[in-house]
Amino acid sequence: MTFFRPSFRHPQLPANQAGYYLRDYEGGISTLCAGCGHDSINGAIIQACYELSLEPHRIVKLSGIGCSSKSPAYLLSAAHGFNSVHGRMPSIVTGANMANRELLYLGISGDGDTASIGMGQFVHAVRRNLNMVYIVMNNGCYGLTKGQYSATADKGSVGKKGEPNLLESIDLCEIAIQLGAGFVGRSFSGDKQQLVPLLKAAMSHIGMAFIDVISPCVTFNNTPTSTKSYHWVREHSEATSTFDFVPFRQEITTDYENGSTEAVTLHDHSVIYLHKKDPEVAVTDRRQAVDALEEHKEEGLILTGVLYVDPESEDTHTILNTSERPLNSLEQAELCPGSAALKEINEELR
Amino acid sequence: MKPTDINNPEYFHRVIDCQYACPSHTPVPEYIRLISEKRYDDAYMINWISNVFPGILGRVCDRPCEPACRRGRVEREAVAICRLKRVAADNREAGIESRFPKIPEEKNGKKVALIGAGPASLTVARDLLPLGYTVDLYDDQSAGGGFMRTQVPSFRLPEKVLNQEVGYILDMGVRTFFNHYISSMRSLLARDYDALFVGTGAPRGRDLPDLPGRREGAAGIHIGIDWLAGVVFGHVRSIGRKVLVLGGGNTAMDCCRTARRLGGEDVRVVVRSPLAEMKASPWEIEDAREEDIPFYENHLPVEFVVEQGQLKGMRFEKVEPRYDDQGKRTLVPSGEPLVLMECDEVILAVGQLNAFPWIEEDLGIEFDQWGLPVLGEGTFQSSLERVFFGGDAAFGPRNIITAVAHGHGAAISIDLFCSGRPLTERPGPKVSLLSQKMGVHDWLYHNQIADDLRQAVPTADRTKTLRDRLMEVELGFDRRLGHTEALRCLNCDIQTVFRVEECIECDACVDACPERCINFTANGTEEDLRRRLLAPARELSQALYVSAELPTGRVMVKDENLCLHCGICAERCPTSAWEMQKFSYQSPQAGEK
Ligand SMILES: Cc1cc2nc3c(=O)[nH]c(=O)nc-3n(C[C@H](O)[C@H](O)[C@H](O)COP(=O)(O)OP(=O)(O)OC[C@H]3O[C@@H](n4cnc5c(N)ncnc54)[C@H](O)[C@@H]3O)c2cc1C
Ligand SMILES: Cc1ncc(C[n+]2csc(CCOP(=O)(O)OP(=O)(O)O)c2C)c(N)n1
Ligand code: SF4
Ligand code: SF4
Ligand code: SF4
Ligand SMILES: [Mg+2]
Repeated sequence: MTFFRPSFRHPQLPANQAGYYLRDYEGGISTLCAGCGHDSINGAIIQACYELSLEPHRIVKLSGIGCSSKSPAYLLSAAHGFNSVHGRMPSIVTGANMANRELLYLGISGDGDTASIGMGQFVHAVRRNLNMVYIVMNNGCYGLTKGQYSATADKGSVGKKGEPNLLESIDLCEIAIQLGAGFVGRSFSGDKQQLVPLLKAAMSHIGMAFIDVISPCVTFNNTPTSTKSYHWVREHSEATSTFDFVPFRQEITTDYENGSTEAVTLHDHSVIYLHKKDPEVAVTDRRQAVDALEEHKEEGLILTGVLYVDPESEDTHTILNTSERPLNSLEQAELCPGSAALKEINEELR
Repeated sequence: MKPTDINNPEYFHRVIDCQYACPSHTPVPEYIRLISEKRYDDAYMINWISNVFPGILGRVCDRPCEPACRRGRVEREAVAICRLKRVAADNREAGIESRFPKIPEEKNGKKVALIGAGPASLTVARDLLPLGYTVDLYDDQSAGGGFMRTQVPSFRLPEKVLNQEVGYILDMGVRTFFNHYISSMRSLLARDYDALFVGTGAPRGRDLPDLPGRREGAAGIHIGIDWLAGVVFGHVRSIGRKVLVLGGGNTAMDCCRTARRLGGEDVRVVVRSPLAEMKASPWEIEDAREEDIPFYENHLPVEFVVEQGQLKGMRFEKVEPRYDDQGKRTLVPSGEPLVLMECDEVILAVGQLNAFPWIEEDLGIEFDQWGLPVLGEGTFQSSLERVFFGGDAAFGPRNIITAVAHGHGAAISIDLFCSGRPLTERPGPKVSLLSQKMGVHDWLYHNQIADDLRQAVPTADRTKTLRDRLMEVELGFDRRLGHTEALRCLNCDIQTVFRVEECIECDACVDACPERCINFTANGTEEDLRRRLLAPARELSQALYVSAELPTGRVMVKDENLCLHCGICAERCPTSAWEMQKFSYQSPQAGEK
């Protein structure tokens, strides 16, 4: 059993624009079950951060409890991290975000952590359009506690124990769209081609960027009859569109003449080019986005890709007019403006 | 690309860089592992079976394995493969001979003559004696070993070590005829030998006969290999204070270092070419520099300066290398004035030649335009069917391990020939693939990759070694250093075996591999694939391992180049589609099927 990853890396791997190598985004060696989808998602997050040339120490990784929530141990060793209690990751992100809005917040959660115990926290973070990337590693079960069905398990899906799930499932993407998230996507741990650019787009969005990633639990929920298994997802997923994510400042090299391509410019001026199957569906339309999800579900298909983007959305900071600067950089004069300022406020309230 | 055929024994053999590069394909990682387990006798035997002279080669091998070693691509320096061989030899128990093959009392009735007692002939003897052959060994020297005795200086290879390992073979029942120069092949052929093996080496040193002053200064001018032999046999006991050694090969390195020990104080090596193109092994150059020997490059010898019959020095013309489009080098005069270097004696180490004055022209043994015998491809058989050649005599001067490899090959041919079978019916390598799985995530080998850099070999005090030409300079690794060094080996014989039908394409191995070796991608030509892999795959000599098509239509492509054989892919694979399996490859030897 290997506990320490060897220190050698391919010597010809290039540095990114910020001068960092892929290894600078790595974390400790995974202790999840071999083949767990969560590991692939961690790999994709590492790849996305590397490709965006993010500075590792400007990232905060936060999580709740679960196999998925162990991720902060397996990626971004050089980032800030917080492993909170079960379902409470959104509160911690909210607090941290209020204290310092200059960092990138990566919330990593599970379907149990979010859709069960953390549901209340989740919906309010979405409602506030908190500026963060919220990733749910969705395996349809509580992996860490030995595979009980979670609230995202599809009705009728059969996991390792052989008994079908009898309850309705929650679609976190639909809820996120309905509650005002500015960016909503769905993907599959086994499809990095789609997942990496999706994560990059989410990291470039300002406001709540929610991504639900179907992530097979190889140990408890990878039976052929489970709708969250490698096999099932590969057979039943359909992408809204293929898309290119072009970060701000990067030269646009492809020519998008085709009428079925929709360009969405994000707050930071990066652009998502969506090459859609159905040119009629606008990715910026909430109603259509929810309809598309429901229609696919009726056909027994899982819709993946960018599901909804609202480039105009306002995040918590804008809504609440919070401090531009991190609280820890405010001087006494700003924090304690003196009796004259107090007097002024009191005057306003008279 | 087509799926890789891992049942072809050469595929995984190629992955074991060191073993593949070794002319006699010594199972290197296997013996290094045994050293790390302190099983020195077992490690010695693996070596002895395949390279015959572990104690000797552990000191003076040309070590083609080391430049090939994977570790040298992964970090700065290769594993000290050669010096680890010495660790096995130094720590073997006395009486290891009990593990050697038994020599049958009853002979098979076949008689073989070996001419020359160098490593090539000795290997033939060792391979044939256990099969019941009667072996006669002829050499013009007073003891066995060939150039290992007469050329390789004792400060690199102590006589005791040489005697021991040569003795092992002679004690197997060789009939030796030392101090016996064969002056006529015809008369030897007239004897009742079923087969004859010529292992007489390349015994003539090149001269510079036409250089002005050569004849007048003869008393102070020596041919390197003759001079070294003279030192070994005590005919030469001293040398002048100022010595010039001409030539940039390993012979020159032995000459200059020997000269330092015989009284040479100002010993210089002068070469025609740039230093970077010298033929000598880097470590031999390094050792010479350690002994305060300066190197002069781009100096073309012009004349010997002789005054009143006394050698006074040499004149050189300074040249510059020029390279044409093909990279071919010519040396052109730099136009600077001639350089005079004073000296008392000159040693010429400018090359070796083959010479067979004792093989009569009308015997039917053909030679090519370079004076080398015409031999059957891979059979070492000459145009006279019962005469075989090997070692330096066959293809010109090489090294000991190559001579050993030739010896094994020639012994196979001789055995086939004497039993009336076609020489093409050669035995194949013995191979096996053995799972290393032991429990869920444990392996039978130590798969944790050590970070240690190459360990330096301790040496004796230089002031002492320079005074005594018999004193060995290197002390070798002790057990502790040997252990540290052994753990640097990446176990390249423990292969990553991929079973396409088990893979569920979860990508776990791709993410877990520290070297980014593994890819799942659409198939293509090799050229195309090499451009599309996750990490640059520019080392064309290293294979791509390609699977059959997977359910998603993709294939698995693994670049073997930088794989650490750490087993992490197999540990992280949920279905054991990857498994670590030990691939053993043993070169064929005479008598095998
Ligand atoms: C100075 C020097 C240093 C070297 N150092 C190294 C080294 O460090 N490592 C390495 O791997 N290699 C080294 N080599 C090369 C190595 O010694 C040879 O490649 C190797 O010994 C060749 O083996 P062989 O069996 O072909 O013949 P040899 O070892 O050359 O043996 C041939 C024998 O045949 C005898 N002989 C020749 N003709 C006749 C005849 N007609 N009748 C009877 N006997 C005859 C010769 O005297 C000699 O004893 C060195 C060579 C030189 C010159
Ligand atoms: C307050 C609290 N309640 C219950 C638990 C037990 N518990 C640990 S992990 C987990 C479910 C995790 O499921 P999910 O978030 O889907 O993560 P997964 O392991 O599937 O990735 C539960 C219920 C807990 N740790 N804390
Ligand atoms: S139990 Fe399931 S979710 Fe947890 S590590 Fe194992 S495979 Fe992954
Ligand atoms: S053994 Fe497997 S994980 Fe380790 S370097 Fe090789 S391919 Fe990568
Ligand atoms: S870890 Fe195993 S099952 Fe998963 S992709 Fe690699 S080989 Fe296939
Ligand atoms: Mg879960």
